[in-house]
Amino acid sequence: MGKFVAVTIIVIAILSAIPILRHTWWMAEDISTHGAPIDEQMSETMAEAGISFLASQIILAFFIWRFSNPRPAEKVKNFPGGAKGMVWAAILLVGGEVLALGVFGVKAWANIYFTPPSANAMPVQVQAGQFAFYFRYPGPDGMFGAIHPDLISEANQNFYGLDTDHDPDAKDDIVTAEMAIPVNREIHLLMHSKDVGHSFFVPELRVQQDFVPGLDLSLHFTATKIGRYEIVCTQLCGLGHYNMKAYLSVVSQQDFDDWLKKEAAMQ
Amino acid sequence: MKSRYKIAVTVLALLFLAFGFLYSGNSVNAAAEGKITGTIKLSGTPPHMKPIDMSKEPYCAKLHASDPVKMENVVAGADGSLRNVVLYISEGLTGNEASAVPSETPTWDQKGCQYIPHVLALDVNQHFKVVNSDPTSHNIHPMPKLGGPNHEWNKSQPTGAPPFDVSWTGEEVAIPIKCNIHPWMHGWMAVVKGPTTLSDDKGSFTLNVAPGTYTVTAWQEDYGTQTQKLTVAAGKPVTADFTFKAK
Repeated sequence: MGKFVAVTIIVIAILSAIPILRHTWWMAEDISTHGAPIDEQMSETMAEAGISFLASQIILAFFIWRFSNPRPAEKVKNFPGGAKGMVWAAILLVGGEVLALGVFGVKAWANIYFTPPSANAMPVQVQAGQFAFYFRYPGPDGMFGAIHPDLISEANQNFYGLDTDHDPDAKDDIVTAEMAIPVNREIHLLMHSKDVGHSFFVPELRVQQDFVPGLDLSLHFTATKIGRYEIVCTQLCGLGHYNMKAYLSVVSQQDFDDWLKKEAAMQ
Repeated sequence: MKSRYKIAVTVLALLFLAFGFLYSGNSVNAAAEGKITGTIKLSGTPPHMKPIDMSKEPYCAKLHASDPVKMENVVAGADGSLRNVVLYISEGLTGNEASAVPSETPTWDQKGCQYIPHVLALDVNQHFKVVNSDPTSHNIHPMPKLGGPNHEWNKSQPTGAPPFDVSWTGEEVAIPIKCNIHPWMHGWMAVVKGPTTLSDDKGSFTLNVAPGTYTVTAWQEDYGTQTQKLTVAAGKPVTADFTFKAK
C-alpha cells in the first residue's frame, strides 16, 4: 500500500509539471517594451517553485516507499542536528528563495514605477467607475480641463464632469469609451477612480494597476504590436464587475490621428 | 342569532355595492368627454446630440455600427417639433380622476443597449413591465429623489430573464433611470396622478379629461416645466401649445 501511494505521488507530481514545462496555459504574448523582465521573473518563480515542488514530492515519496513497512528491530534515525537543525535549514532555504525572487522582482517593478516617463510620452487619462472605463485625450492644446464631480452626469454623457461652456482647457478634450494608442509610442497613463477601487489590467501589456479612490496614479508603457486587446477590471467592484471592460486598440500613428479626429468630431 | 347574520349579510352587501359604485365611478372618468390637444415646439437651434460609443458591449456596438445611436435629451424635428415631452394635469383634477389608474401596462424595454422608450409617462400605482431584449445583462437602476415618496432600487436582468412588473407609489416628475453596466443608458419615468401622455414625433399630444378648469404642465428633461391654465368644455377640444427655448 505504502509503495502504491509513493508511486501515485510521483505520477501526480510529474503530470502536473508537464503543462507548466510545456507552457500550455502560459501568459499572452508580451506586446510591451518593459515586459521582458516581468516574464523572466515569472519564469524564474515558476522554475524555483517547480523545482521545490518536485523535490519535496520526490522526498515525500522516497520516505513513504522506504519506511512504509519498517523492520521491527530498526532504530529510528533523526535528521542530523535534530529538529532544530531541520527548522533552520527550512528557514534558510525558503527565506533565501523569497529574498532572491524579491530582489529580482523589485528591479523589474522599479524599472516601471521609479523611472519617470520620457518628456514626449503621450498623456492619456483613464477614469474607472462602476462599471466602465472612460478615456480622455487632452486635444490640440495638450491640457486637460478641470474635473468638476458635481457636473458628472450620465444623462448628458458628461462622464468626466467637464465644464465645456466655461473652461477653455476642457473644450477640446476628447472623451472616449475605447482606448486607442499609437504603436511604439510611450504612453503616460493618468489614472483615477470615480467611485470605488478598480483595476486596469491588460495582460498583453504586462500592466496591472489598481485604482485607489482619492489617489491620482500614473503608469507609463509602450506597446509594440498593432492589435486590439481587452482592458479588464480585476478588482471586485460591485455587481457589474464581471462586465467592466474596455478595448485597447494599438494602431499606427496615421490610424491613431484619424481615429482621434473622428472621436473629436463626435464630442 | 339569525337576525345577527342578516345584519352582517346586509352590511357586507352594502359594502360591496359601495365599492362597486366607487370602482365604476373611476371607469367612467376614463371615458372623459373633454380633450386638450396641442403641439410642443423648440425655438432656436437644437443642441448637438452626441453619438454614443458602445464599444464596451460588442453586440450593441455592432448593432449600431452603421448608424450610431445619439443622445436623446432633446429630440427635435426639422420643423422644430419636440418629442418626448411629458404632459399632465398638475391642478384641477377631482379626487376620482386623480386616483384612477389605467389598466394598460406599458413596457420599459432594454434593447440594443438603449431604453425604449427613452421617457415613460405613468400614473401613480400603474404597473409597467421591465423587459430585457438584449443578449447581454442589464441592471435597471431608478434613482428617485431621496426622502421622496418613491424608493431607489437596482435590479439585474440577465439575458433571457423574464420581464418583471413594477409600479411607483408616489408622484414624481421625473425619476432618472440608469444602467450601471452601460453608463450611456439613461432614461426617465414621469409618475403623475390623472391623465398623462408624451408628445409624439410630430410634437403633438392629446389629453382626455372631464370638462373643468385645469393647469396643464409640460415637462422636458433638459428644459424643465411650463404650465398653462385652461378651461375644458364638453365635446370641444381646447388647444394648449408649448414652446421651449433652446439653451
